[in-house]
Amino acid sequence: MYTQALNTSDGEDRGVEDAAQAARFQARIDAEERIEPNDWMPAAYRKTLLRQISQHAHSEVVGMLPEGNWITRAPTLRRKVALLAKIQDECGHGLYLYSAAETLGSSREEMVDALLAGKAKYSSIFNYPTLTWADIGTIGWLVDGAAIMNQIPLCRCSYGPYARAMIRVCKEESFHQRQGYEIMLTLCRGSAEQKAMAQDALDRWWWPVLMMFGPPDQVSQHSDTSTKWKIKRFSNDELRQKFVDATVPQAQFLGLTVPDPGMKQDAEGHWRYSEIDWDEFKQVLAGNGPCNRDRMAARRKAHDDGAWVREAAAAYAEKRQARQHAQAAE
Amino acid sequence: MATPNTTLWEVFIRSRNGLAHKHCGSLHASDATMALQAARDIYTRRGEGLSIWVVPSSAITASDPSEKGMMFEPAESKIYRHPTFYEVPEEVGHM
Amino acid sequence: MATPSIKISETPLVLHVLRRADDALILGHRLSEWCGHAPMLEEDMALTNMALDLIGQARELYSYAARIEGKDNDEDKLAYLRDERQYRNLLLVEQPNGDFARTIVRQFFYSVFADLYWRAMMRSGDATLAAIAAKSEKESAYHVRHSSEWIVRLGDGTEESHARAQAAIEYLWAFTGEMFEVGDDERGLIDAGIAVDAGKLRAQWLKIVSGIAAEATLTLPSNDWMQKGGRAGRHSEHLGHLLSELQMLQRSFPGATW
Repeated sequence: MYTQALNTSDGEDRGVEDAAQAARFQARIDAEERIEPNDWMPAAYRKTLLRQISQHAHSEVVGMLPEGNWITRAPTLRRKVALLAKIQDECGHGLYLYSAAETLGSSREEMVDALLAGKAKYSSIFNYPTLTWADIGTIGWLVDGAAIMNQIPLCRCSYGPYARAMIRVCKEESFHQRQGYEIMLTLCRGSAEQKAMAQDALDRWWWPVLMMFGPPDQVSQHSDTSTKWKIKRFSNDELRQKFVDATVPQAQFLGLTVPDPGMKQDAEGHWRYSEIDWDEFKQVLAGNGPCNRDRMAARRKAHDDGAWVREAAAAYAEKRQARQHAQAAE
Repeated sequence: MATPNTTLWEVFIRSRNGLAHKHCGSLHASDATMALQAARDIYTRRGEGLSIWVVPSSAITASDPSEKGMMFEPAESKIYRHPTFYEVPEEVGHM
Repeated sequence: MATPSIKISETPLVLHVLRRADDALILGHRLSEWCGHAPMLEEDMALTNMALDLIGQARELYSYAARIEGKDNDEDKLAYLRDERQYRNLLLVEQPNGDFARTIVRQFFYSVFADLYWRAMMRSGDATLAAIAAKSEKESAYHVRHSSEWIVRLGDGTEESHARAQAAIEYLWAFTGEMFEVGDDERGLIDAGIAVDAGKLRAQWLKIVSGIAAEATLTLPSNDWMQKGGRAGRHSEHLGHLLSELQMLQRSFPGATW
């Protein structure tokens, strides 16, 4: 399950909607009430959520691809079923999230079309390649670890269907990070070659994972509105710091070195990381990461190759209905 | 060309005998048979279910949240429908 | 450096179990190739569920084969350290996925057979095999249902889906005969009530397959020339490529733990 704080909220509507309604809405949010699909909501709240949830759903589905790259090469049958079940979970999570987004008035097909047309974003992390088996361990450990930091607060998001989807997702996801860490631990306790493989994967994934939390707070757009609406409960930098603090001791336990020579622990125990290369982040979001083109090509191919199957199912359903009507008329 | 929509279904699952079916999510399928199979594949992977209902989302009639006052508030004042409204001396014991 | 293949003491029972294990692993592996690429998310979930069932069956069967062989082998050695000629699966299950129609027809042909087979094996005199059969039968019964529903929708869907389903049937038909083959080495096991005479399942298989095909407005080929060889380790060219992926890490890192 992967979310990324690249979503930005739309500003509030000005004068279009009834101020009293807007005030009542905000009062409900402030009282920690959940907003449900048929409730009145500001157009900007709907639009912000729709964009965030659909980006989240796209990330789940595109996120199947880098790990999927190793399903056929998993080194043991136990690892193979675990990886397959994990990737299947991501698929399910994408499905739950599309469903949550659909309650806001957009169909899954519209959202998927937007993704395939290049009009919708997904998490930048999936535009990096999985080059060795250690990448599978690293994704579970770090990418899922980072995602969990983001997702747990979303279980209390003000929008009911999103919060409920996230509760289900977080419950299912609890094994993902553990299976990743177990892979890393096995590699680090293995041969020198295996340990080098693990270090290499950490070196390549560390910085992209830190970018998953989104731009630094001082440049993050509109996050005030998202916070006011209780869609977002922690800032990008707060979550990033929380993640780093949790992860550094795990890396130490593995005997791996975090690829940040400037990293220092401050007096309060926080691990202070060096400057993140935000240019790289922008480039990857703009479509110039190592795998953007491959990821989109794979999704488009699956969609196009599947068109005749979906048409067949729809045609059969229509025929069957027509037959049933004819039978009933007899 | 825009991708045509597939029917949306709501899924209800009975997790244990003796419990009611509970809404657990939705999915897309072209017909009821496929919806039922998809519900099994998606929502019972961890042994969550013993029985599944699938209902086309369009078949659900929902109350209007803006009528909440008229629909539900009148019930709030009828406290005499609850057992705690009545006083029974402690000596009588549980009733 | 590479890890060499292991040697197997192929007693009739070991061989019998390996054949079933290889069928399940190779078909599960093929299905797993769909993960992330299926026609719709719902079907991605379904194909992966079937893959997990099959790989699960393979694991139990390999573990049992290793136990009765009584050497130092285990499920992973049997799966990862035998070469192409040591694999005993049906040619049917190693055929590439092709389009969705071919994947579904392959699944349908195999699952109908597997379900009949496991149902009969529930009465095996070998308690372990009977227990594996009881578990596997529930899985294969669902695979039959799921693939049958698709056969009907593809066959009786659009003109294109009908043509694709019909083409898949014709492409795969010649690989179906092998399912009912009984090796000389299996006779003893059949007589002892440990194994099932697969040849005797053919009539029932044909009846079920014909019924669904008719409902789907599809035609079964009349030719009865059948390809053989998988059970004896003579495969199509596809298996070698599949194994080179499957075994890549185990072969390149001798003795490593994963």
